[in-house]
Amino acid sequence: MSNLGIEQFPDYQVPGVSHADFSPYESNGGSIVAIAGEDFVVIAADTRLSSGYNIHTRKQSKLFPLSNQTVLASTGCWCDTLSLTGLMKLRMQNYEHTHLKTMTTDAVAQMLSIIMYNRRFFPYYVSNILAGIDKDGKGVVFSYDPIGHCERATYRAGGTAGALLQPVLDNQIGYKNMNLHGEDAPEVTKERAVAVASDTFISAAERDIYTGDSVLINIITKDGIETQELQLRQD
Amino acid sequence: MSILAYNGGCVVAMRGKDCVAIATDHRFGVQAQTISTDFKKVFHIAPRMFLGLTGLQTDILTVRDRLMFRKNLYETRENREMAPKPFSAMLSSFLYEHRFGPYFIEPVVAGLDPKTLKPFVCNMDLIGCPNEPDDFVVAGTCAEQLYGMCETLWKPDLQPDQLFEVIAQSMMNAFDRDAMSGWGATVYIIEKDKITERSLKTRMD
Repeated sequence: MSNLGIEQFPDYQVPGVSHADFSPYESNGGSIVAIAGEDFVVIAADTRLSSGYNIHTRKQSKLFPLSNQTVLASTGCWCDTLSLTGLMKLRMQNYEHTHLKTMTTDAVAQMLSIIMYNRRFFPYYVSNILAGIDKDGKGVVFSYDPIGHCERATYRAGGTAGALLQPVLDNQIGYKNMNLHGEDAPEVTKERAVAVASDTFISAAERDIYTGDSVLINIITKDGIETQELQLRQD
Repeated sequence: MSILAYNGGCVVAMRGKDCVAIATDHRFGVQAQTISTDFKKVFHIAPRMFLGLTGLQTDILTVRDRLMFRKNLYETRENREMAPKPFSAMLSSFLYEHRFGPYFIEPVVAGLDPKTLKPFVCNMDLIGCPNEPDDFVVAGTCAEQLYGMCETLWKPDLQPDQLFEVIAQSMMNAFDRDAMSGWGATVYIIEKDKITERSLKTRMD
């Protein structure tokens, strides 16, 4: 009909008025790193929360302690992070009341995968890394994609600077391309894990505009969670 | 997918103390399919100057040939060697001449000034916006990974042997996290009296 000069439009639309589409997703930036050792695990996240060229806050923790043996780090769409971690806490409390014990790290890891896959066709837009002490007392790291695929690892980087950080961990923690064989590769210590995690964030803050302000580092051992903070560049 | 990422590959260059290093991977592919594993993207174009080109392979070869022509013309007219700085300016204006129909390449220039022997590194976008930092430049499909590696490993005033170690580790660990780059690498270390070429054996997957 428009070729006859008669514009057809539905009753609820008005010509000349544009309708902004609702977009359910947003990237709020941030980076996360986790490194597991024999009897500890270090997990770190920066504290900048941003949107495009705006910084919402410079001190938002992206680390969620789920028990005294398990910490979840989550970045991506911040509202999805909040609703996901809220649901995780709810389900863990429910488990505790039903079974009269705290969920193990492995159980939390499996549950997180299931909760995320439940939203297979409208996913939580998040990059998750779960760190904790497993049932044998060893440090473990689990990393996830947005629809809940889960992989157990010893070190992992995620978030907006994940691509910058991961090869550094491969080299400095995994000793990749160093021609070390078997026992030659030294075991990662708590001090070295913290030092490497800190250094990767200092590097990422140089090049990634969504990473900066400060890093929160959680060191999880069988005795609980110790927290450290490191200042980063603020620009 | 971007035309710049059609063939894959990466190049990195770094400044050291009285030396520069430039490294290239060996892969030439068409999207996910690897065609060849001996395609070096770095060219020796003057006694102390190298040009690295990443991006669309056909444009890499064309730009290389056209720049060699312009450089040879300059050297014949002026009867002197072309320094890295005017070469980069020429490359920049050459790319900007094609502002609205660009060559799909990201160039990297590394070398020592023929007179002062001052180290020089430079990179550009595909329309010739130049960047001449005093540390390192990266280009290619694993640029992000290279930035992460270089930013952690590089420090000022590296000696040639240290610089080799830094650029080699940066290159290998970066392209091991990129499916479109890798399959071996070559590193060139340029010093005032010698050029060292080293081939790196890496994982081939």
